[in-house]
Amino acid sequence: MTAHSLSAQALTAGYGENLVLENLDLVVPSSRITAIVGANACGKSTLLRTMSRLLVPREGCVLLDGKSIHELPTRALARMLGLLPQSPIAPEGITVADLVSRGRHPHQGVFSRWTRLDDEAVAAALETTRTVELAERPVDELSGGQRQRVWIAMALAQQTDLLLLDEPTTFLDISHQLEVLDLLTDLNRARGTTIVMVLHDLNLAARYADHLVAMCKGRLHAAGSPSDVLTERNVRQVFGLESRIIADPISGKPFMLPIGRHHALATGASPINRG
Amino acid sequence: MTSFSSALCSIADDRRSRAHRRNIVITGLLALTIALFALTLILGQSYVPPGDVFRVLIGEDVPGASFAVGELRLPRAVLSVLAGLSFGLGGVSFQTMLRNPLASPDIIGISSGASAAAVFAIVVLSLSGLLVSIFAVAAGLGVAIFVYGLSFRNGVAGTRLTLIGIGVSAMLESMIAYVLARAPAWNLQEAMRWLVGSVNGAEIGQALPLLAGLTIFGGLLLSRARDLEALRLGDDMAAALGVDVARIRIIVVVTAVGLIALATALTGPIAFVAFLSGPIAARLVGNQGSLLIPSALVGAILVLAGDYCGQFLLPSRYPVGVVTGALGAPYLLYLVARTNRTGGSA
Repeated sequence: MTAHSLSAQALTAGYGENLVLENLDLVVPSSRITAIVGANACGKSTLLRTMSRLLVPREGCVLLDGKSIHELPTRALARMLGLLPQSPIAPEGITVADLVSRGRHPHQGVFSRWTRLDDEAVAAALETTRTVELAERPVDELSGGQRQRVWIAMALAQQTDLLLLDEPTTFLDISHQLEVLDLLTDLNRARGTTIVMVLHDLNLAARYADHLVAMCKGRLHAAGSPSDVLTERNVRQVFGLESRIIADPISGKPFMLPIGRHHALATGASPINRG
Repeated sequence: MTSFSSALCSIADDRRSRAHRRNIVITGLLALTIALFALTLILGQSYVPPGDVFRVLIGEDVPGASFAVGELRLPRAVLSVLAGLSFGLGGVSFQTMLRNPLASPDIIGISSGASAAAVFAIVVLSLSGLLVSIFAVAAGLGVAIFVYGLSFRNGVAGTRLTLIGIGVSAMLESMIAYVLARAPAWNLQEAMRWLVGSVNGAEIGQALPLLAGLTIFGGLLLSRARDLEALRLGDDMAAALGVDVARIRIIVVVTAVGLIALATALTGPIAFVAFLSGPIAARLVGNQGSLLIPSALVGAILVLAGDYCGQFLLPSRYPVGVVTGALGAPYLLYLVARTNRTGGSA
């Protein structure tokens, strides 16, 4: 699998009068997992939408292998870069197998027929996401965790080297959140798929991402390894929250403990100036 | 690898059985369309044996049948099929694109816009033929842009568009009634045509512009069937799958409005055919492939069967729109009630 390079250069983007992203530069490391974190409305989703061509930037550009994605043919791009939006819609009554097979869309021409290759891609996607036994069930009847796995299966059937996901763990309970993140890790390890995802949970982001990107008010605040980015100072600047960072006893990655107004550090040490 | 190959088998089987069902349904719909078409030619006020009907169709002069079949029944059946196909295609395209069964052209004012333009062109401007069709297409597009523009606020929500469309539709219908009321030669049949739709007085010459429209607009729509189908997953997901969403929207609006308006300029807005065809087709074929062809056939069946009922099976003669209207109204009520319960997401 060839490693594609994806980067944003001096990106300014927004909706109508509002500018959401301002002059943002970002390099996505190839064959790694990148997590984008930041407060609500800081432009995380807008960044993901612009990076996947759903939104045309006002200024700057998104480069895939050195070419602007807004100038590539839409189908060609969709064979290299997949996106799972925040709230995709499952047509009423559609079965899992049918939904997943729609991921083959960019691989099919106007008149070309469905081939064995398409069947294989769908079967592989179902197997990777462990949804084979759900194949004939209607999507509306699945639990939240199952449904999310099915959507990821659809993105896998698209067979792209780059996969962008907008909050893939929202509305899932903790065990299903881990299941989705483990699945994405498997993909990354087994196939070298480059993964970029927006996550809300800082600790899960730090644990699962190789590369952590913190955004603040439409700008890139910090980017780097989780231990460089998840610091008490960055948490204060990005979220306006006092916190304590400890080492995650399981992974050794940084782990953030929020403090809040009604609690203080038990040791009595001031949380300030520890950035 | 054994679990993979068994998964592969079951997936291929599942897909084949769904494709099989779709083919069976389409074949069945096609057969029913042909059967109704034949019934319309054979059994009207009088019975004409199939052999005589066939001889009329190949151009022979058959005393006692040539006029009834060739001049009355054939134009009527041809116009019914063509209008039904157009309404079915146009309706399901809008419903699919806007992901809302209520967003059908006959609910959101496009049909009444085309109808108002046609009746204005005929009654006030004394136009006829192709000019009326052009008038109707232009008005249909105008209404589509107007309704779309009014409902635009950070994107178009299906419910907002539907409500605005219903309002615009009511306004246009009152315009139709106004023009009709001032028409010098008041004619109940004509009035019914522009209000509910009718294939009375069909002439074979009318079929040509409609056939041309179907070939061009229908062909364009069918070539985009897969992209349109992808829109059902949401605009973002469709774009992620490589669909140029802005372009497919323009193609769908122009072709669907063209189909609806060309048919409406001849038959009037045959009530609820555009609205009903897509959901009926979806029920029949399930989720397998594009709904365009099944829905077009359902449209043709609704118009043929509705017109036949209106002419011969009811105690008094009614135009086709009265029959399809009686069929569509309960479904509309059901959908509106369901929209209320689901908080407008239906």
